[in-house]
Amino acid sequence: MADDERRPDPDALLAEVGRAGRGRLKLFLGAAPGVGKTYEMLRAAQDAKTDGVDVVVGLVETHGRRETEALLVGLEAIPRRLVSYRGRMLPEMDLDAILERRPALVLVDELAHTNVPGERHAKRWQDVEELLAAGIDVHTTLNVQHLDSLNDVVERIAGIKVRETLPDKVVETADEIEVIDVTPEVLQKRLREGKVYVPEQAARAITRFFSRGNLTALREMALRVAAERVDRDMIDYMRSHAVASAWPARDRLLVCLTAGAAERLVRTGKRMADRSRAPWIVLAIGDGETTDPSIERALLLAEQLGAETEQLAVARSAPQAILDYARRRNVSRIVVAAEKGVRLFRPRLHEGLIAGGDSFEITVLGSGADSAAPVQPVAVEAFSPRAYLLGAFYVGLAMPFGLLVDHTLPLANLSLVFLAPVLAIGAAGRVPAAVFTSILAFIAYNYFFTEPRLTLSVIHPWQVLTLAFFLVFSLVVGILGARLNAQVAAMRVAERHTRALYEFTRKALSATSDYDMAWTVVSQVRSSVPVETVLLTPDASGRLVVFAGSPPIDEIDPGSAAAADWAWRQGQRAGWSTDTLPSSGWLFIPLVARERTLGVLGLRGEDGREPLRAADRRLLDTLVDQAALILERARMIAEAAEAQRYSQTEKLRTALLSSVSHDLRTPLVSIIGAVSTLEALGGDMSERDRAELLKTVAAEAGRLNRFIQNLLDMTRLGYGALAVRREWLDLGDIVAAARERLKGRLDGITVAVQIAPEVAMVEADPTLLEQALVNLLDNAARFSPPGEAVSVSAERRGNRLVLAVSDHGPGVPPDRRDRVFDLFWRAENADRQSAGTGLGLAIVRGFVEAMGGRVTVGERDGGGARFEINLPQPAMPVLSPEPFDG
Amino acid sequence: MAEGAKILVVDDDDAIRKFLRISLTASGHTVIEARTGEQALGKAATERPAIVILDLGLPDLDGREVVRRLRDWFAGPILILSVRADEAEKVAALDAGADDYVVKPFGIQELLARLRVLLRARAGTAEAAPVLHIGDLTIDIAARTVTLAGRPVALTRKEFDLLVMLARHAGKVLTQRQLLTAIWGEAHVNDTQYLRVYVGQLRAKLADDPAQPRFIRTEPGIGYRLLWPESGL
Repeated sequence: MADDERRPDPDALLAEVGRAGRGRLKLFLGAAPGVGKTYEMLRAAQDAKTDGVDVVVGLVETHGRRETEALLVGLEAIPRRLVSYRGRMLPEMDLDAILERRPALVLVDELAHTNVPGERHAKRWQDVEELLAAGIDVHTTLNVQHLDSLNDVVERIAGIKVRETLPDKVVETADEIEVIDVTPEVLQKRLREGKVYVPEQAARAITRFFSRGNLTALREMALRVAAERVDRDMIDYMRSHAVASAWPARDRLLVCLTAGAAERLVRTGKRMADRSRAPWIVLAIGDGETTDPSIERALLLAEQLGAETEQLAVARSAPQAILDYARRRNVSRIVVAAEKGVRLFRPRLHEGLIAGGDSFEITVLGSGADSAAPVQPVAVEAFSPRAYLLGAFYVGLAMPFGLLVDHTLPLANLSLVFLAPVLAIGAAGRVPAAVFTSILAFIAYNYFFTEPRLTLSVIHPWQVLTLAFFLVFSLVVGILGARLNAQVAAMRVAERHTRALYEFTRKALSATSDYDMAWTVVSQVRSSVPVETVLLTPDASGRLVVFAGSPPIDEIDPGSAAAADWAWRQGQRAGWSTDTLPSSGWLFIPLVARERTLGVLGLRGEDGREPLRAADRRLLDTLVDQAALILERARMIAEAAEAQRYSQTEKLRTALLSSVSHDLRTPLVSIIGAVSTLEALGGDMSERDRAELLKTVAAEAGRLNRFIQNLLDMTRLGYGALAVRREWLDLGDIVAAARERLKGRLDGITVAVQIAPEVAMVEADPTLLEQALVNLLDNAARFSPPGEAVSVSAERRGNRLVLAVSDHGPGVPPDRRDRVFDLFWRAENADRQSAGTGLGLAIVRGFVEAMGGRVTVGERDGGGARFEINLPQPAMPVLSPEPFDG
Repeated sequence: MAEGAKILVVDDDDAIRKFLRISLTASGHTVIEARTGEQALGKAATERPAIVILDLGLPDLDGREVVRRLRDWFAGPILILSVRADEAEKVAALDAGADDYVVKPFGIQELLARLRVLLRARAGTAEAAPVLHIGDLTIDIAARTVTLAGRPVALTRKEFDLLVMLARHAGKVLTQRQLLTAIWGEAHVNDTQYLRVYVGQLRAKLADDPAQPRFIRTEPGIGYRLLWPESGL
């Protein structure tokens, strides 16, 4: 354990490393306006400039103070940008201009400032964050009352609600804090002398604010913030340098939120956690379905203040569940607000905690409502006339039974009959309706069955007792039933969440394409949380576009697109309910897996800006994690497919290269061999041999030429540059032209041509058809055994021309018939095949298909291959008979 | 021109067979032809050629397979024709028992020179001779001495063995595997660095320039060949 403590804390080291490359933030902290923060900041800037630091003024408010303005002289200032807001032009700091200028140090006054709506960031401190992230040092000023966690204290002390606040973490991460401290007397004097900037409308409030008591308190707060900071620096140093020390094992603070005091609980928790430097958890207790809006707000605030937030779905008032949770999380202190009023059948929350939590330190906040959030009565259950009607119905139903019992059994049993409706309604958890039913049941019982009958008069005291029993039963059973209902509801919610996640994962795993997965993500998010959902991913050019949407959404407005883009680039949430471009109706959540942002999930309330409920937000977090993993999976599948495609392309390329080099070189072997023979031995040879060799050279050169023609044709096919020109032609001419081109190649081979009269004229592209025929004849000549005939036949079948070339060669086995037309299908046979077979048939198919036909290979009757070109043909144009001359 | 030999030409390309038939016949040889590997094996058995010219890219059988099956009973030289850039195939065929190779396309002179070397080597003259003469290089195998232009060259045992091995097959390519097996033994067939070192030392002692070799030529990726001036190689 001791060893563990002495090891340098990885978090602390990481934090130090994370700072590398980041700009340094220096904070000029004051207790109140007018202490001279801006003045001090400018003086420091002038010093820095003298030291040669590249310093620029991002934004400085001098409020017309001459001493301050004098200090601006000589400093480069980035011009402010005018932003139009509600018809007025407001000057704002030009963040992009500063980022572009990239100074070493930039001065940014009034860190707590709220930007004009529609700007990139809601708050100036976020602008500063971006500057720091870009590696620019920032000097800035801040008054202590703007700190989030001190906000309510300031309000209590000074009676002013400060609207512009910023998270404490900004101050906590500042590299340097300089407190600008003057005594309250000096400050009051400055105020009197008009040296403190006071807006007209706030003049009265400001005077009150500057009371001596207030100033003293604020001053103390500023000094304390700085002092705590010093303290923390020391502890961080000790932690990162593994200095053994006696601080206790880290304990945790648990804040239990209850409606009415939620915000106060959070702020108190933050202060307590800060003081003890303990991590803190803010726990909202509820049934998981309905959450009080003030608790929602408090949870958001808690997250901003750095708390871990959690929602515990338990039935109301469950001290035991809270204590169990606290033990599980190693919590040592629990903060809870005192519950007011008297609870009939259970202890009040704080009492329950104190009674059961003997090992915890429990802080109970006195009652007192949040000023910001007036107590809203929590509706225990909605008024339901149905339950009342049902109660009355049950009582009515009990009447006949009552009559039956009345005739057979003693009167005492009768009350049990009327108790039944009360229990039935109570078991449903409807307390008021149960009470109503008990009264109704009593009236019916009293009126119809007790003496004197048909009156409501009570003559025996035991009858009053009956009523009391009815009431007690209705309450007891009703409350128990309600609790049971709440637990069932909580379990249902938990089950719904679990099922949603399960469904999500199951569907995502079965999705095969990117789009399937994306669609699963958006539809599952939408079905789990009632929001409109879009998924944005970058397109080929890196621009973020909507990939899938539920309901189908193709585009988002430009402002929202900017927010999405920011979320994508920064890896942080943006848009609605965040501090970045909150004017967008969409909330954008980056999907990050393995430190890579894979996409952005956009959510928009169904009906405008309805906030997400706390339970949904938690479910959403889980869904977002899942979605990121799913996208990661999709991306990996795509990458694997891409790699496979690439390797296939690579294979084809290799086959093509080997085939082309083989086909080009084989004729060259004969040509070079024959020519070198003629050169070396020509003199010793017979005339006939010399002629033979020369013929070989000519034939092989022709083969080479055909092959090159094929390559060119293939290129034309590949680039889709094939222009098909249809015209009527004489098929006999085409066959003759093809044979002419293959002269030499077809030597010694009989070609039998048979053209049916109805296809003597055909409509086709002459060049393409001739080349297809040449290649088929070339192929037939290659495989045809010497002495056997190759036949060309043409006939009309329906509205199609069938042009067939058959040979007596070995034929094509059925399992290869589709593949012979593939480009370089003999790749796997390498160069064992005769030369030139790789392209020819592929070209035939390409050309024939370009003309709208198809080519097949079958078996010739009696063995051999039969290639068939099948071309659609229009009806022959009828020529009008030509009138005879004269 | 050496007296005619009976040559079996195995190639699936008609044009190539035709020109080979004409050229080899004009050079005084007798030519028999085969289109496929199976045909070649049959013709070799029935016609008993003195030498086989074998194309590696046959439609039916792997070239190495043909060499292996020929070598079961055929003792004559086998010359490989190949269009392949794939050296491994060639080396495999050579290791399987082929004697030399010619890369397509080739001039007829180159082919005839190779044939001359192979026919001479098979005549058995070089195998048994006690003294080998390669240009101005004289190797006395019995005395284990080497002289270059009359001056003695001092060689280590392995250098001498290497030189003798190359000289006995002068003009013919020897694969790295063949050299390593013969001189260093089976266990060292993959230690090609031995060869590089010893060939380098040998070249230095024979004053041979690897870029323009007079004696030992490197066949990249395949092995070494001792040049034999008389054969044109």
